[in-house]
Amino acid sequence: MAPIETELAVSLRERFMEKARAAAAVVTEISSLDEALAYTVDMCGTRGACRLKVSGCEEHLSEPAEQLCETKHDKIIAAPGLDEHTYGLLAARCNENGFACLSSGLRGQLAGIDIGFTIADAGIAETGTLVLNCPGEELRLATMICEYHVCVVKVQTIVADSFALTDRLRAWFKSGPDYTAFITGPSRTADIERVLTIGVHGPLELHILLLGDV
Amino acid sequence: MQDATSFSQYRKQCRESLDNEYLRSALDKFAVAYRTSRGNAFAEFDVDALIKDVADLKDVAVGELDTLIDTFRQQAESVGVQVHMAADAEEANRIICDIAARTGTTKVVKAKSMTAEETLLNHAFEEHGIEATECDLGEWIIQLRHEGPSHMVMPAIHLSRYQVRDLFTEVTGSEQDEDIEKLVKVARRELRQKFAEADMGITGANVAIAETGTIALVTNEGNARLATTLPRVHVALMGIDKLVERVDDALKIIQVLTRNATGQPITSYVTWIGGANECAVGEDGKKEIHFVLLDNGRRELIEDPLFSQVFRCVRCGACANVCPVYRLVGGHKMGHIYIGAIGLILTYFFHGTDKAKHLVQNCINCEACKDICAGGIDLPRLIKAVQVRIQEEEGEPLASVLLGKVMRSRTLFHRLLRAAKYAQKPLATSEGFMRHLPLMFFKEHNYKDLPVIADKAFRDRWPSLKPTVDNPVVRAGLFSGCVQDFVYPEQMEAAVALFADHQVEMKFPMEQSCCGLPVQMMGNMAVSKEVAAQNVRAFIDEEVDYIVTLCASCGSHLKHNYPALLGDDPEFSDTLPGFIDKVIDLSSFVHDVLKLNEDDFSGDGLAATFHSPCHLCRGLGVHEAPRNLIKAAGMDYREAVESEVCCGFGGTYSAKFPELSEQLLKNKIDNVEQTGAELLLTDCPGCVMQLRGGLHKKGSKVTVKHTIEALSERRKK
Repeated sequence: MAPIETELAVSLRERFMEKARAAAAVVTEISSLDEALAYTVDMCGTRGACRLKVSGCEEHLSEPAEQLCETKHDKIIAAPGLDEHTYGLLAARCNENGFACLSSGLRGQLAGIDIGFTIADAGIAETGTLVLNCPGEELRLATMICEYHVCVVKVQTIVADSFALTDRLRAWFKSGPDYTAFITGPSRTADIERVLTIGVHGPLELHILLLGDV
Repeated sequence: MQDATSFSQYRKQCRESLDNEYLRSALDKFAVAYRTSRGNAFAEFDVDALIKDVADLKDVAVGELDTLIDTFRQQAESVGVQVHMAADAEEANRIICDIAARTGTTKVVKAKSMTAEETLLNHAFEEHGIEATECDLGEWIIQLRHEGPSHMVMPAIHLSRYQVRDLFTEVTGSEQDEDIEKLVKVARRELRQKFAEADMGITGANVAIAETGTIALVTNEGNARLATTLPRVHVALMGIDKLVERVDDALKIIQVLTRNATGQPITSYVTWIGGANECAVGEDGKKEIHFVLLDNGRRELIEDPLFSQVFRCVRCGACANVCPVYRLVGGHKMGHIYIGAIGLILTYFFHGTDKAKHLVQNCINCEACKDICAGGIDLPRLIKAVQVRIQEEEGEPLASVLLGKVMRSRTLFHRLLRAAKYAQKPLATSEGFMRHLPLMFFKEHNYKDLPVIADKAFRDRWPSLKPTVDNPVVRAGLFSGCVQDFVYPEQMEAAVALFADHQVEMKFPMEQSCCGLPVQMMGNMAVSKEVAAQNVRAFIDEEVDYIVTLCASCGSHLKHNYPALLGDDPEFSDTLPGFIDKVIDLSSFVHDVLKLNEDDFSGDGLAATFHSPCHLCRGLGVHEAPRNLIKAAGMDYREAVESEVCCGFGGTYSAKFPELSEQLLKNKIDNVEQTGAELLLTDCPGCVMQLRGGLHKKGSKVTVKHTIEALSERRKK
């Protein structure tokens, strides 16, 4: 029997969705990890997220910037943080569709990857934030040099506010060299005339897949 | 970057900024939008409690700074960070350039850091032949233009898309569009290439956590994540003021920082970094990581009982966002490197007297910054205190010496004011304005008509005016302040008439003098203290329940500055608290104490609006009382846009910076006229002087009165 979601959990989930959407994230509720993989591959293919030429490369650029653009040859999904089994499932789906699936070597893909696929360690309802503990550089790069970031958030990992994570953060910070990211919405700037513009250095879109307790 | 070498040069630079239409309209739009988004971001919170939490935790951190630094260093070193202490900017730059030399760094990407701006790190890189590229979009733009930031969190807010287009055309060598999205994409690709080839990433730190040796970086663009991931060396440069004790302290600061900075609940990225993380191109597959802790004048701040509160600053930039002067002249004129109210103070401590001495005068004392500060810093008071220090170093200006001499003696001051009324006779018009100005005023003052000294001061009218009140319900001491005493005694008379109708027994102690705010504004604290003492003594023996003032500036000065001025004086240890408790402004007295309502007035439906004096709304926290009274008195109340923004008077400020004062007045008048009101009311004689002068000069039909006059005229007989 599936556990009954408490009132508190419902309100956390709803608040998380509301705040994440307010920060321009695309939020979808799903019921299995498999659904998340299907969503990602579908996004890459059918919905046209994966392109050989990444955004910005169509502009008039300096020569070194053009050269970097030209180093991209595949439609790429990167998913460095997954367990072997899940990665295997994703890689198989990518294979079927002719997409490259990577879990390492992202430094060689600085022209850009199309989709970074990750699973968050926690979600923060107050601000609609993803928490990713990412001391490994592949995971960091997958969320930074991608055009689209797709992140699975398990409903039971959502907490009310950042203070509820204090002990976990402290444990991570003390565990050795650490790198942890709070991510809220896509990369943005308002540095030109205060006009909100999405996708400066990081992802142009953030897709959150909310995985329920089913 | 403000670097004028004389006051007149500084004034000239400010005037030039005033003529920059783009800058003005950008900053106007931002000021208005910011207020709304900040309000939304804090909607679910008790803002005052959050600000107090930040202030408290930062105060604790300052008290334990040496322990925090030791713990931070130990924790950071235990995970492979090399920690360096830099006494000043030069040492910090030397440490960083040495690291660059040792690691064979030729290319650097730099995430936005005010501390690196403070040390002029880019200049040092340039001298060492190292190519440094700013990777925050705004910082990159100003770097390419060889400028400093004009706002602490929006460094390029002074530039238009057309200027950025031209700049990017130059950088890429091909023609660019002014479409902002396209420009951002160009930056994305140009900077991606810079990230790819950089050897070293430089960042600041928004917070540094002692218990774990971790730093936090707050960005929207994500550039700090790339700058700390791709290059094989990471150097974080931070002031020692960034240290806090615990993880939850850092979370608290971030909770307030982003909301107060731009009205965002959180930035897109908050990045927590501790230790030599994995880095494929680093030695042993690890990042070489350095934390450089900078003093550069900060310790001097901690040791000062007044200035140590500066450590509460989280660099959110909100004090610039709400500053009416910043809004007129922009960050390049309102700061050397650090900008806004906090910038005026930090410039003195970090960059010295020469850089600070002109800048620090450009505070109109409207208290908007104090009201918004994320750390609850009393910014206007500290700005004033910096001014005093500079005067002590450089000698007091003649005007301040003269005013001090006069103010020290009440009888001399009042004799001069009485004499002035004869001197001005040939110049006064029948309407009570000076048509031409005596030499005692600056010629730039001709944007408003100045009032004349009244024929008979209130204090000279009082003996024959004093009403006999049978069965008094409350006893009020009247504190007139000099303007109402000598320029607008009719405002005092209106109060006396209304009060007498409502059984208020009144006292007017003759020994009272100017409240002292003008001398304090000139930085003359000694005389300010003497005048404060005279006033407290004047009221000590009067048996009154309230000390009522019609001047919000006097009221706020008596209530908030007298404790600081006289708190240590044993003569007043018993009497000062009672004096301060009794001080009340006119509107609060009529509204909250006398509780007058519709039944006490016969209204005429006249369209009226209200200008809220800075020292009423922010100084005394009074918002509703005057507006309720205007409605109760039967007028058709119309709220003006930005009714709580300064009118530009600011006492002696309007003489120092007449152009800026004039512009603030123009904005105010526009907002007033938009309401269609025939009558403009306010609770401060200084504001009356400024507004009436401006409207009269403009030939406007709007009349200006003190609220008490409008109330008194409509009282039921």
